[in-house]
Amino acid sequence: MIETSERTPDPTADVWVEATRRAIQERESGYRRNTKERTKPWARFKKRFLKQRAGMVAVVFLLLVVLTAVFAPWLAPLDPNKQNLGQILQYPSAEHLLGTDDLGRDVLSRLLYGAQVSLVAAVQATGIGVLLGLPFGLIAGYAGGRTDRAIMFVNDALMSMPGLLLAIAIVGMLGPGLTNAMVAIGIVFAPHILRIVRGSVMEVKEETYIEASRSLGTPTSRIIVDHVLRNVRSPFIVGVSLMTGRAMLNEASLSFLGMGAQYPDASWGAMLGRAFPYVDRAPFLIIYPGIAIALVVLAFNIAGDALRDSLGRETRKS
Amino acid sequence: MRSITKWWKLIVLKRLGSSLALLTMVSAITFCMILLVPGDPAVTAAGPEATNEQIEETRERLGLNDNMLVQFGRWFAGAVSGELGSSLQGGTPVSQLIGERFPVTLGLAVAALVIAVAVAVPAAIIAAANKGKLVDRLITLVASAGVAVPTFWLGLMLVVGFSLYARLLPSSGYAPFWEDPLEWARFIIMPALTLAAAPAAEIARQLRGSMIGVLEQDYIRTATAKGLLPRAVLLKHALKNAGVPAMTVIGLQAAFLLGGSVIVEQIFGIPGLGALSITAVLQRDIPVIQGAVLVTAISVLVVNLLVDLSYRIFNPKVR
Repeated sequence: MIETSERTPDPTADVWVEATRRAIQERESGYRRNTKERTKPWARFKKRFLKQRAGMVAVVFLLLVVLTAVFAPWLAPLDPNKQNLGQILQYPSAEHLLGTDDLGRDVLSRLLYGAQVSLVAAVQATGIGVLLGLPFGLIAGYAGGRTDRAIMFVNDALMSMPGLLLAIAIVGMLGPGLTNAMVAIGIVFAPHILRIVRGSVMEVKEETYIEASRSLGTPTSRIIVDHVLRNVRSPFIVGVSLMTGRAMLNEASLSFLGMGAQYPDASWGAMLGRAFPYVDRAPFLIIYPGIAIALVVLAFNIAGDALRDSLGRETRKS
Repeated sequence: MRSITKWWKLIVLKRLGSSLALLTMVSAITFCMILLVPGDPAVTAAGPEATNEQIEETRERLGLNDNMLVQFGRWFAGAVSGELGSSLQGGTPVSQLIGERFPVTLGLAVAALVIAVAVAVPAAIIAAANKGKLVDRLITLVASAGVAVPTFWLGLMLVVGFSLYARLLPSSGYAPFWEDPLEWARFIIMPALTLAAAPAAEIARQLRGSMIGVLEQDYIRTATAKGLLPRAVLLKHALKNAGVPAMTVIGLQAAFLLGGSVIVEQIFGIPGLGALSITAVLQRDIPVIQGAVLVTAISVLVVNLLVDLSYRIFNPKVR
C-alpha cells in the first residue's frame, strides 16, 4: 500500500516551500534580522509598555474602575435606587459621603453602580462598532479595486456626518434606551474602525510573505485569519482603546439628554442629566459624575497612546 | 501661468464632483435612517394614542405607501430643491424650521471656532518653543484634559461658576445677533467657551506637534543663525509651515462643532438646530430629524471642501 503522504516530492519544490514557511514564521514571531533586538514581540511590547509611567498608571486606574464596577454591590453603602424623599439634595455628610440626589438616593452608591452601567455601555458600543467595521474593513482592504471604492464611498459619507448628531438621529429612529443608544454609537464608530483595519490590511497585503503564502495555494480565508489579522491587531487594539473612551463620552452625552440610560438606572451621564435642573440648589451633584467620566476617558486615552508607543513601529504612524 | 490656472480649475472641478457624489450618498443614508424605525414607522410616528385614521394619514404624509426607490427619488428631488417635507408636529415645513434655527447654531459654532483658534494657536507656539519645559508640560496636560472632559460637564461647571456664584452671565437664553450684538455676546460667550474646549485642545496638540517637527529643520537653524529674532523665526518661518496640517484639523473640527452644539444648546437653552433635533427625536418627528442631519452634513462637507481648497492655495506643494 502506498501512503499518499510519503510520496516523494519534487526536491526543488520542497526547498521552496520550506524557505517560504520559514520566512512566514520568522515574520510572524517577530525575529528581525540585522537588528540587535531579537526579542519576541510580546516581550518587547511588555518591556516598552512597562517603561511608560503614565500608561501604567492609566491601566492600573482602569483596572481599579473595572473592579469597582464588578464589586459595586458589595462596595456600595446603600441601595442605589432606594429613594428617601425626606432626605433630598443633602450635602455630603457622614451618612451619605457624597450627599443625596433629588430623590434622596445615595450619590456614592449611584456613582459606584454607574461605573457598571457606563463601562458596559462603552464596551457594548465599541463591540458593535467592531462587529460592523472589522469585516467590511477586511473586505475593502483585501479586495481592493471596485469593492474597496464602493465600501469607502459609503464610509466617507458616514464619516462626514457629525457623530453625535448622527447618533442622536439613530436613537430618534430606534427609540430611546441605553441599548439603542449604544447601537447608535456603534454605528457611528464603525467607519472609524473600518478605516483603521482597511489601512493596515492594505499595508500588509502586498508583502512578500503573504504573496508567498498565496502562491502556496493557501485559501484566502486562511490567509486573512492567519496572516492579515495578525498584522491588523496592533493598530486595531490602539484604535479600540481610544474608541472605548470616546464611547463613554458619547454614552454620557446621550444619557444626559435622556436618550440613553433610563430611569432609575444610574449611568454617569444620566446622573448629570438628573442633577442639572437642581444645579442651583445642589451644585455638588454635578461634580462627581463629571470627574469620574473625565478621569476614565483620560485613562483610556493615555492607555491608548501608551499602547501605540509600545507596539510595533508600523502602528505608530496611525 | 496659464497652465496653472487650468490645472487649478480642473482640481476644483474634480473636488466639487466628489463632494456632490458624497452629498448624494449622505442624503441616501439620511433617507435610509427611516428603515431603522422598529415596526411600522407610521405607527411609531403617529404616537401611541393615534387612531387608525391618524396612522393612515401619517403614512400618507410620510409617503410610505410607495416603493422604496420612488420614496427616495421623491425625497431626494425635494431635498435638492430645498423641500424637506413638513414636521409631523404642527405641520410647519422642515425647511422653514431649519432656516430659522440654523443661523443660531452657525453663530455659536463660529464663535466657538474663533475662541478655539485664539486660544490654541498661541498656546501651541509657546509650548513648542519651550519643548519639554514646565510650560510645555502644563499646556500639554491641559490639552489632554480638554479632550477627555465631557463637553456638557464643562458647560455645567461654567454655569455654576459664572452664573450661580459670580452672577456675571445669564445661565440660559438667547438674543439674536442682528437685534442686539452685545446681548448676543453675553448669551453666547459661555456656550461658545464650552464648545471651544475640545477643538482648542485638538488644534493645540496638532499644532504643537507639527511646530516641534518644523523647528528641528535646517532652515530654522539657518534663520536663527543669521540672527533673526526668535519671535520672527517662530511666527514667520515656523508657523507658516506648521500651520498647514493644523488647517486640516480645524476643518475636521467643523463636524465636531456642529454636532457638539446639540448638547451645548440644550444646556444653555439656545434655540438652534441642535435643540430642534432633540425635540424632534423625543417626539419621533422623522422628517425634522432627517432634515437636521442632512443640513448639518452638508455644512460639514462645504467647510471641508473650503478647507481643502484653501490648503491647496496656501501650500503649492500639495498636488
